Amino acid sequence: MAENILVIVEQREGKLNRVSWETIAAGQAIAALTGWTLEAAVVGSGVSAIAGEVAGKKVARVYDVESAALEPYTPDAFVYALREFLGKHPAALVLMPHTYQVRDFVPKLAAALQTTAISDVIGVKYEGGKLIFTRQMFQGKFVADVSFAGTGICFVTFQNGSFRADKVEAGAGAAPVETVTVEIPAGVVRNKPQEVFKEAKQAVDLTQAEIIVSVGRGIKEQKNIELAKQLADALGGELAASRPICDSGWLPMDRQIGSSGQTVAPKLYLALGISGAIQHIVGMKGSRSIVAINKDAEAPIFEIADYAVVGNLFDIVPALIEEVKKAKA
Amino acid sequence: MKILVCMKQVPQKDAPLKLNEAGTWIREDVSYEVNEPDAFALEEALRQKEKHTGEVVVVTAGPARASQVLREALAKGADRAIHLEDAAFVGLDAYNTARAIAAAIKDEKFDLIFTGLQSDDYGYAQTGVILAEILGWPHATIIMQIEKNDAGIRVKRELEAGFFQYVDVPLPAVLTIQSGINKLRYATLIGIKQAKNKPMRKVTLAEVQSAVGGNLQKIEKLYVPQKSKNTEFLEGPPAEVAKKLVEKLKNELRVI
Ligand SMILES: Cc1cc2nc3c(=O)[nH]c(=O)nc-3n(C[C@H](O)[C@H](O)[C@H](O)COP(=O)(O)OP(=O)(O)OC[C@H]3O[C@@H](n4cnc5c(N)ncnc54)[C@H](O)[C@@H]3O)c2cc1C
Ligand SMILES: Nc1ncnc2c1ncn2[C@@H]1O[C@H](COP(=O)(O)O)[C@@H](O)[C@H]1O
Repeated sequence: MAENILVIVEQREGKLNRVSWETIAAGQAIAALTGWTLEAAVVGSGVSAIAGEVAGKKVARVYDVESAALEPYTPDAFVYALREFLGKHPAALVLMPHTYQVRDFVPKLAAALQTTAISDVIGVKYEGGKLIFTRQMFQGKFVADVSFAGTGICFVTFQNGSFRADKVEAGAGAAPVETVTVEIPAGVVRNKPQEVFKEAKQAVDLTQAEIIVSVGRGIKEQKNIELAKQLADALGGELAASRPICDSGWLPMDRQIGSSGQTVAPKLYLALGISGAIQHIVGMKGSRSIVAINKDAEAPIFEIADYAVVGNLFDIVPALIEEVKKAKA
Repeated sequence: MKILVCMKQVPQKDAPLKLNEAGTWIREDVSYEVNEPDAFALEEALRQKEKHTGEVVVVTAGPARASQVLREALAKGADRAIHLEDAAFVGLDAYNTARAIAAAIKDEKFDLIFTGLQSDDYGYAQTGVILAEILGWPHATIIMQIEKNDAGIRVKRELEAGFFQYVDVPLPAVLTIQSGINKLRYATLIGIKQAKNKPMRKVTLAEVQSAVGGNLQKIEKLYVPQKSKNTEFLEGPPAEVAKKLVEKLKNELRVI
């Protein structure tokens, strides 16, 4: 049976979030596997320009779902609008990027429709007429093949970087854009969001560093940060950290690498006692080379490391500092 | 304020995990700990209670071993606990977990429910938001600060790439708490003693069965991820490994 796939494109304050191209690429890949029809929707207030942009890609149709109450973003308005929309334009699969905004409303939308969202998906397979979604579990230590066991809409959110934005195929001509206006009654929206802001300007800019020595929870105690600092100094690099280290106040927040910290791509990223959770990886996987020291041979960080040392960092780092000093002398 | 904190027991971060025979779940003989953001959620609830008075109740859905999480929470200062006790709760998807918890608390009147923003095992990042929808309450996710005011609460949401946003939310509401919102306390000896006398209500699967349906997502297979890079493992005693690594840094990566 021919079915519809709908990609919900993310926009914030009238700008398309570029991660949405990855979701379109995922949608195109699933359409190619299944032969289903791919459509897209933009949800917001005055977002027709974005709908037009998406219509240039290989999609059958783009919906511009409009309501003044959709700006600024609230989960109540988004869920109301999308329920209305999906009631009139049924889809078998609804795809979105796994952004903070989507995390905020998709579980509510799926629950309201008594169905489920398969979240943070990294890949798709089509086996024996069944779609299989792969997603990480246990902090990336395992991957699961997950299938949809319901009967309604299956929502799927994709992890950043799991499909390539530059693989999006352009359409033969512009796809038709259909405007759908939704009436959101007063009282539906309960939260009152204030302006989005950035905390005080960052003191260190790690994006310019060529060498970064990054510490994770394997460093155990605040006083041991000094050891990592010595290695960074010996190498002439900057010190950075995973989130728990900054949460504990062992290093300032502006040295945090990852989805809620800085994104860096140095020549060398040396990870000490970092497990390699995806929220950390997204901030450093673009590094030219990655060296990881971790006592757990199965730590996910090793999956992206060029050079790996399985062992106790407290044995290896002092020896390393000595060797670096020798080499530089 | 009367606050419910949802806390989940998950495998310890450092524990080496092994797959079960069927390759659908891990072998259960590992050490467990509280899901990290849930510990921060409890701490935040205790702080809110200290500021505004009220009650802190903790709930978990899991097998007998999960009561450890509740006992620790009671020792830290939670007033009472609810344990939905059955090994079957481990296998529920987020929708059904939320439905089971909602059923277990249907006779309670909370002002706030806190969950962690994400579990370390499944990583759905959904249970709290689903719970809000089931209860018909507003919610806010990835919370880094909570201030009570006359109209309800003002929360600080973390957004991507260093952005934040304050949101005013009326009560009752569900919040999903981010790690690092506060500094965790330790349980005191007195706390541990007192915990023994605090109420722990057990809820059986049968009691909430009518609220729970079949899982809407099915794990077909669990496996070790394939490596995407050709990682070279450097082996030997520390001094030798250090030599090898510096040689690579110098001659191959050319950063020394
Ligand atoms: C919405 C969201 C946003 C997030 N944003 C970020 C972010 O921006 N940045 C970030 O980093 N995280 C972020 N996180 C947290 C992330 O999921 C992980 O919890 C975190 O990255 C883990 O940090 P870690 O690797 O230091 O600690 P752990 O996962 O605890 O790993 C510690 C590692 O150290 C190793 N180790 C222990 N002792 C030794 C020793 N003696 N020698 C060698 N190795 C040792 C262990 O084997 C283990 O692998 C976010 C999470 C969420 C849900
Ligand atoms: N079985 C459970 N028992 C108690 N709380 C849970 C359970 N499963 C999930 N939660 C809560 O929901 C949060 C998010 O989990 P998840 O949706 O699985 O990522 C966790 O941090 C817990 O606070």
